[in-house]
Parts: sequence; structure tokens; C-alpha cells
Amino acid sequence: MAILVIAEHDGKNLKPGTTNTITAAGKLGGDVTVLVAGHNCAEAGAAAVKIKGVAKVLVSDAPQFEGALAENITALVLSVAKNYTHIVAPATGMGKNFMPRVAALLDVQQISDISSVVSADTFVRPTYAGNVMTTVQSSDAIKVITVRATAFDPAGDGGSAAVETLAATSAAGLSKFNGQELTKSVRPELTAARIIVSGGRGMGSAENFKILEPLADKLGAAVGASRAAVDSGFVPNDYQVGQTGKIVAPELYVAVGISGAIQHLAGMKDSKVIVAINKDAEAPLFSIASYWIVDDLFKVVPELVTELG
Amino acid sequence: MKVLVTAKRVIDPYVKVRVKSDGTGVETANIKMTINPFCEIAVEQAVRMKEAGIVTEIVVVSIGAPQCQETIRTAMAMGADRGILVEMAEEAQPLAVAKLLKAIIEKEQPRLVIMGKQAIDDDSNQCGQMVAALLGWPQATHISNVTINGDTADITREIDGGLEKLTVNLPAVVTADLRLNEPRYVTLPNIMKAKKKPLENIKPDALGVDVKPRLKTLNVAEPASRSAGVKVADAKELVAKLKNEARVI
Repeated sequence: MAILVIAEHDGKNLKPGTTNTITAAGKLGGDVTVLVAGHNCAEAGAAAVKIKGVAKVLVSDAPQFEGALAENITALVLSVAKNYTHIVAPATGMGKNFMPRVAALLDVQQISDISSVVSADTFVRPTYAGNVMTTVQSSDAIKVITVRATAFDPAGDGGSAAVETLAATSAAGLSKFNGQELTKSVRPELTAARIIVSGGRGMGSAENFKILEPLADKLGAAVGASRAAVDSGFVPNDYQVGQTGKIVAPELYVAVGISGAIQHLAGMKDSKVIVAINKDAEAPLFSIASYWIVDDLFKVVPELVTELG
Repeated sequence: MKVLVTAKRVIDPYVKVRVKSDGTGVETANIKMTINPFCEIAVEQAVRMKEAGIVTEIVVVSIGAPQCQETIRTAMAMGADRGILVEMAEEAQPLAVAKLLKAIIEKEQPRLVIMGKQAIDDDSNQCGQMVAALLGWPQATHISNVTINGDTADITREIDGGLEKLTVNLPAVVTADLRLNEPRYVTLPNIMKAKKKPLENIKPDALGVDVKPRLKTLNVAEPASRSAGVKVADAKELVAKLKNEARVI
């Protein structure tokens, strides 16, 4: 077995999710090589070297890898693909974007979003918004896999892998990266947070949504939202937790004014402790909550802030 | 320009999915089916572009059981002009779907292919990227805006940290995210009109595509259920429980 993990990074550090993916890769049994591709990404490559379980790090640094354009990253991965039995990436926005392109050009049926490794060719993956767990066996020579990060622990430090430079493949010339508008926040990233406070339609407005801020401050929490809150314009799209948004599994998930549509539950039901605050006693979210309060959130949230001191 | 859109038939997202007792799949008998919500957004986008005078013809493709005709008729009632059903008894896996679509696209020669970013049944999120790859076209996934400028399209994509801007050469494949638009409701007169629109029925063999599945489903099961929780009276009791019982704060 030879396993290639494609890292997601910001040039300096690996993104949350990549270290969990390295853990999943380790369960396949074999040497794990990590590919760090980007522009000015030497620091991220140096970070990958230190991760436990990594045998080798390949760094490919070139302007055409800025923004991780799918066409260009795919060409690079294909240049080394035949050396590996498994090609693995986190099922994040980046991994979802380029990995099927790699799979199609290798004539391989990708296995998306695995939550468990049964053996080197058999995996469990959630389907139907996490309501059905499907075990699949691949007959392809190379397995192309994306990993649900929350299902695996992050790999720790303690490694000392060798670094090699991988020659950049040329730009495909099909698309152009014009930049990103990233939401600025001092809070932890949703997918890496230990505690998350999320708001739903019940928040009522963008102005009202802000009452979650002091609560998040007290708890050192990230702030998330349901699709309804995002669609209503209370918060930007990157706050969305759910089947097609972010998948999270923190120690504590506090859902405020979220009724609990199937699509939202899909994104957070693996959280360790779930708290639901809703004035509707019939809210479906109560069925999976560890603790719930049936009351007006505009009364309960400030009280919580006071109680937390 | 001509646009090709895809429409998958899926179990209605508001239906509680049940696993068959023998673990071979999910119950579909007498279950409400619908067009995949992301495909619906893709169709709506094509129709809006036609109404804006950018698009001249919309071809909608569905792959699967004969009942996928209903899904195609829904897309036609929204405004698609013509339908193609690739009829097959067994569900095609994403790579096979991509190969079938490639064959159709090479025949139809659209300038733009708009697909949903993922189907809400198998949640794979692969087909659009695979179609683009097989055709050697650029891709833009998870889009929330698309503007055509001659031979290129300006794209806004939803990414994990916010938004991303791209320019892709045409022809291209784009996949729709939730915020691209809000699909219209179909009206009865349009449903009646849709019944008269042309719908071609073809078999995978006719397209020369190998649709053999590469993934074998060994088991289908319900996830582990959570243990029952408790109702607490107020903020004070909740904080006490979180500190002393759950020990998470």
C-alpha cells in the first residue's frame, strides 16, 4: 500500500481536516505521503513534516496552484498518481472540488466522505443526509477517497518526514483565479471548534443574531447557523452547518432558535453534547438533544451569559 | 447559446428515509419522489438565462428508471425545451453518469452545462466535476453567481471560508449551490405545455458507455441512535448540567 494525502493549507499551516485525513489514511495500512501544493507554501510543507504517521512530504510550489484551481491541482496529482494505491483528501470545499476530477481521469469511481475504514478496499460512508450508513467495496485499482474529518481524530505532532520537491505541472489555462472574499473572524474555525453556538430562523434578523456573540465569547465558541438563517441573510454562507454546508462534531453544540430540519441535523448530530433552545415544544431538534429548554431564546440567551459569569 | 441541464430523481428531502430490513438498500416503494433540489436550482438558472436572452435552448437530461420522465417533465414545466432520458433499471454510479453525459454533450454541443452540486440521496458530489474532467472542460462547483461574458463566464463560488471568484473559459460545467437562485413553482398551464415538449428515450448501449458499477454495496444500515436527553427548566439548570453532568464547560 502507498497512500497519497492531498493537504489543504493556507500557505503557512495545514487546515483543520487535513490531520484527521492523515489519521484515516494511516488506517489503510501503508506509507503515507502528503502532497502540499500551492503558491508560497514552503511553511505548510514544513508543518506537514512534523505530523505523526507521515513518511514523506512532497511540496510543489508554483503560481498556478494559487487558489487550488481544480484543473491545475488535478494535473499535478495525476503526474504522480500511478505511484499510489490510494489517493485521499479531506471532504472539504477544496477536496470536493478537485478529487472527482482526479478520479474521472484515472477512470475510478471515487468514494466520497468516508466515516470509517473497514479494510483497504471497503469503507463506510453516510448517505441520505447521514440517515443511512452505506458500506461499499471498491473494485478499482487506485482508490480515490474523500474523508469526513469529524469521524477521525486529528493526527498529532511527533513526525519527522523527508521532504521532496515535486516538479509543478503547467497551468491548464482553462480557468483563472480572481481572489477570495473570506469572512474575518476572531473566533475558532467551525470545523475545528470544541464548542459551537448556532442560530436559526428563530433569531429573526441579522441584528438579533448578534445576541449569540456574548454567549460565544463566554464559551470560547465558534458561531454557526442553519440554512434558514443563511438564506434569510442573517449571516454569510460560510456559517452554514448541514448536509451541504459544514459537517461539525464538537464537544458541545448549542442550537438556538433552530427547529432541526433533517438537512441541519445531518451536519451536527455527531456532536458529543447537544443543547437546544427553542420556544416551540415540538421542535424536531429536541429528539436528538442532550438537554433542551422550551422558552424564548431572547430571554434564555442573556440569562445563560449571566450564569456563565 | 445552448445549455444542457441535468435532473436526478430522488426521494423527497422531507421524507424520512427507511432502511430495508435485509440491509440491501432503502425503501422506495410508495415513497414520494421529486427532482433533486440542487438540480431544480440548475434548471431554474438555465430558465432565467433564457428569459434574459442569453440562452436560446435548454436540453434537460435524466438518467434512471422510466419514472425519471416525470422529473424531466417537471424541468420542462419550469421552462426547459427538450428532454433526454437515458433509461436504465439499475442506479448508475457517478462515473457512469458522467460518461453517459459526456456522450450526450458531445452530440448536443452545449456551451454551458449546469448541474446540481450534489444529489441529496447518495450525497457524492462528483458528477459535475467528472463530466468536466472527461470533456477536458473547466469546472466551477458550488456556484452562487454566474455571468456570461462572450467566451468566458465570471463565477462566484461558495467555499469553506466565504466566497471565491473565478473566470472560466466556455464551454464549461458549473454546479449549483443553494444561493444561486430560488426555483419557481410550476403552474398548471406550464405542466400541460410540458407534456407536449419532445422527450427522447435512449439506452446506455446506444451511447457506447460501460455503466458497470465499480462500487459494490455490502451493507446499508441506520446510524447509531443517540441516547435520550432531558428537558431542563432554565439557564441556571442548564449551566449546572453542562458543568457537573456533561462536563463540557
